[in-house]
Amino acid sequence: MEPNRLTIHELQERLRDGSLTSAEVTESVYRRIASLEERVHAYITLTEEAATQQACAADKLIRAGTGGPLTGIPIAIKDVLCTQGVRTTCGSRILEDFVPPYDATVVRKLKDAGAVFVGKTNMDEFAMGSSTETSRFGITKNPWDLERIPGGSSGGSAAAVAADECMASLGTDTGGSIRQPAALCGVVGLKPTYGRVSRFGMVAFASSLDQIGPITKDVEDCAIMMNAISGHDTSDATSVPTKVPDYRACLSRDIEGWTVGIPKEYFVEGVDPEIRASIDTAIKTLEGLGARCLDVSLPHTEYCIATYYIIAPSEASSNLARFDGVRYGFRAPDGESLLDMYKKTRSSGFGAEVKRRIMIGTYSLSSGYYDAYYKKASQVRALIRDDFDRAFTKCDVVLTPTTPTPAFRIGEKMDDPLQMYLYDIFTLSTNLAGVPGISVPCGYTKGGLPIGVQFMAGQFQEEKLLQVPSAYEKNSALEKRKPDL
Amino acid sequence: MTYETVIGLEVHAQLLTKTKIFCGCSTRFGETPNSNTCPICLGMPGTLPVLNKKVVEYAMRMALATHCTVQATSTWARKNYFYPDLPKGYQITQFDRPLAEAGYVDIEKNGAKKRIGITRIHMEEDAGKSIHDELSGSSYVDLNRAAVPLIEIVSEPDMRSPDEAAQYLRRLHEILVYLEICDGNMEEGSFRCDANISLRPEGQESFGIRAELKNMNSFHNVQRALEYEIQRQRAILERGDRVVQETRLWNTSQEVTHSMRGKEEAHDYRYFPEPDLLPIVISDAWKEEIANALPELPMEKRERFVSEYGIPPYDAGVLTASRALADYYEEVARLCGRPKIASNWVMGDFLAYLNEAKLEIGESPVPPAALAELIGIIEDGTISGKIAKEVFEEMWQSGKQPKEIVEDKGLVQITDTGELEKIVEEVLAAHQNQLEQYRTGKDQLFGFFVGQTMKATGGKANPKVVNELLKKKLSTP
Repeated sequence: MEPNRLTIHELQERLRDGSLTSAEVTESVYRRIASLEERVHAYITLTEEAATQQACAADKLIRAGTGGPLTGIPIAIKDVLCTQGVRTTCGSRILEDFVPPYDATVVRKLKDAGAVFVGKTNMDEFAMGSSTETSRFGITKNPWDLERIPGGSSGGSAAAVAADECMASLGTDTGGSIRQPAALCGVVGLKPTYGRVSRFGMVAFASSLDQIGPITKDVEDCAIMMNAISGHDTSDATSVPTKVPDYRACLSRDIEGWTVGIPKEYFVEGVDPEIRASIDTAIKTLEGLGARCLDVSLPHTEYCIATYYIIAPSEASSNLARFDGVRYGFRAPDGESLLDMYKKTRSSGFGAEVKRRIMIGTYSLSSGYYDAYYKKASQVRALIRDDFDRAFTKCDVVLTPTTPTPAFRIGEKMDDPLQMYLYDIFTLSTNLAGVPGISVPCGYTKGGLPIGVQFMAGQFQEEKLLQVPSAYEKNSALEKRKPDL
Repeated sequence: MTYETVIGLEVHAQLLTKTKIFCGCSTRFGETPNSNTCPICLGMPGTLPVLNKKVVEYAMRMALATHCTVQATSTWARKNYFYPDLPKGYQITQFDRPLAEAGYVDIEKNGAKKRIGITRIHMEEDAGKSIHDELSGSSYVDLNRAAVPLIEIVSEPDMRSPDEAAQYLRRLHEILVYLEICDGNMEEGSFRCDANISLRPEGQESFGIRAELKNMNSFHNVQRALEYEIQRQRAILERGDRVVQETRLWNTSQEVTHSMRGKEEAHDYRYFPEPDLLPIVISDAWKEEIANALPELPMEKRERFVSEYGIPPYDAGVLTASRALADYYEEVARLCGRPKIASNWVMGDFLAYLNEAKLEIGESPVPPAALAELIGIIEDGTISGKIAKEVFEEMWQSGKQPKEIVEDKGLVQITDTGELEKIVEEVLAAHQNQLEQYRTGKDQLFGFFVGQTMKATGGKANPKVVNELLKKKLSTP
């Protein structure tokens, strides 16, 4: 088997026993990219030269016996995370040539762990979108069906993992942007508890909702990545100094006697019957492992979309104000006055969806509308958080579908933003509540499209969030498939 | 109709922390443009603010010194507007939950105390500076000042005249400087003031329509701008028109205010809670620690100087103008035990020399102990007050001790009656004409003989003894 098809933990063993080198693995990854990228387009920027050097350095460490779990492992980074000396575009024209002089904390942590950086992955512009179609740099295709979207906004990160164009990747999740593309691409994606992973160096979309997390080929790899990126950071005041457990250690424990909450609000009309069937099978598998499934209620679920689409654009409208053409990034060359320069820069620097959200957010925060929109949304957000607090007094984890339907066709929802927004209906709530969520593959449609099941847990309960799907993954009858490319 | 003036002030004070409010950059003034910057204060993508705890401590000092209630929990907010010297497109400030509220400062009105309410004190970051080059038509941005910590002190509309406003401003200024949290430099912009001013018919309860005044960078300008604005608004009201609610800029050279922007053009700042920072939580223990470490404040010190040292309120005012001067005076007074004479010397010769040489108190070549020693040897009659001035000058120039100078130069006062009697006799003998005239009734010549005697002794004669001797000699023919 080509080394690029392996998981991190499989590769780790082979690197350690000397049957493979990081240089060989890295080479196989770039071979794969060379043969596929034209069709999949998971990456915006590739850093092969630097990666080759990193692989050689990693091989030295491995030979010396001082390598860690990620030493020499090729990893891809979503292009919203700052990488020192490597351009970071956020999928936007306004940052087309922006080269940060600093690394995001997660990038630095992976560097310290000896990882090899393959490149920067494609995404919806400023992470605003559910299909990776709003990128300035072209559309990423779903490796399972090149006519379809890979999900978004971390579509490039999910597609790269699914297509074996890297071992694992980092994505960001503000309303489902890790879990939803992971589900659509048949891989694992975890959004940590708000505050578990430092946001320093992630170009902010909605600061109170954003989290960085891993997209991997299986749950064990997800735990390995979480071990590497979690923890308090003095550069991010909202990161929490709670101790980081060894997430890999919990994976082998069984889940006998555990309780899995099934919220009725997530099993409504509109969920694709094939998805419904796969989820039911997953529930049976868990029951077979001794878990008890029970009904729970998250009564404010119906308000999630409205709440999210006020809070996220409000924060975004402020976060994106710094892209004004003054200090860095794109500046319209023909501005006749300061105001004219601002208008032209931002009008042509941002795409339609970003501008739409800036306007929604600006409106929600305006005097006279603030109380009716932003303030009201913040109050509802508190109720949504309470829903989860109550639910987790009754169960260890909550189980839902990740998406209502499998991957849709490219262009299908681009002219209907509301339909696009509704697609994130099952993933927004964890961001509003600040709790962690994970999507793992649980089946395929008859047409061969992957289906994901989502688990959610209480704040800082990532161990539970990894332990349940790990047990499921090991014991489900689901055959392991790779996209036919 | 008579109108009453209503004034409220908003003061911005730059805090003297070594580093900026949300990053580790230096706050030093006057550095090469954009050298005190980093990705955080430049507002680069992905960077996050981390609060400098010292800022909260300094702000709390001011809040407690002005009798404000410090909130156990306060929060940060974003104030959104576009300007090239505002790197993030928003200012991090405090809005609906400020650090401190409901304090006051006392001023004087007709010999009695008048209390000026403080609505709130909150923390925020400063913006950078835009420099416009008229010649080339280019604008430049210097972000050294961006994210330098500020506190904003908002008063109640309690002031009724420009004089009260100026007094209140001076009180705030001296407290900030006493607390050593602000250098108070108005020219460099570390102490800035905006004013809200309106007029209302005497006796009317509700406020008139106000104008906000900006760009007054000295105490004098604040007073002048307010005086101008009273005239302007009164003229409008007297011809039956309405004052327009607007922001006006003070023009220092023309001494007038100009409209800057009207109510309609006012920004909508779209305030909302800053998601990148946690609420500021202040424990009682921390508050107490800060309160206990507060120095004696200027008002209290002034009152204590009057009662403890028996000096006039005016003297106390001069001597407490700065903490360093007050400390200097107290040291001199304590060492020499003559507070009133110490006050005369410190306020007189000492300050005159200091100002002449443009020195700070700490740089004075005459330490308190030396001045106290000088006062001591005047009091014990070793030297005369006149000679003392000479000695002081020598102390200032050479840094020598007064006793040493007196000895070296032989300046010890002649109080020996025998020696002086001989000199007086010589003086009288040498001025027979004047003596004749004196004896025929020209009394005013007494001073002439005193002067001649002093001259003959090189100023060293004890004037008291000379007086007595002359009286005796001149009355007995």
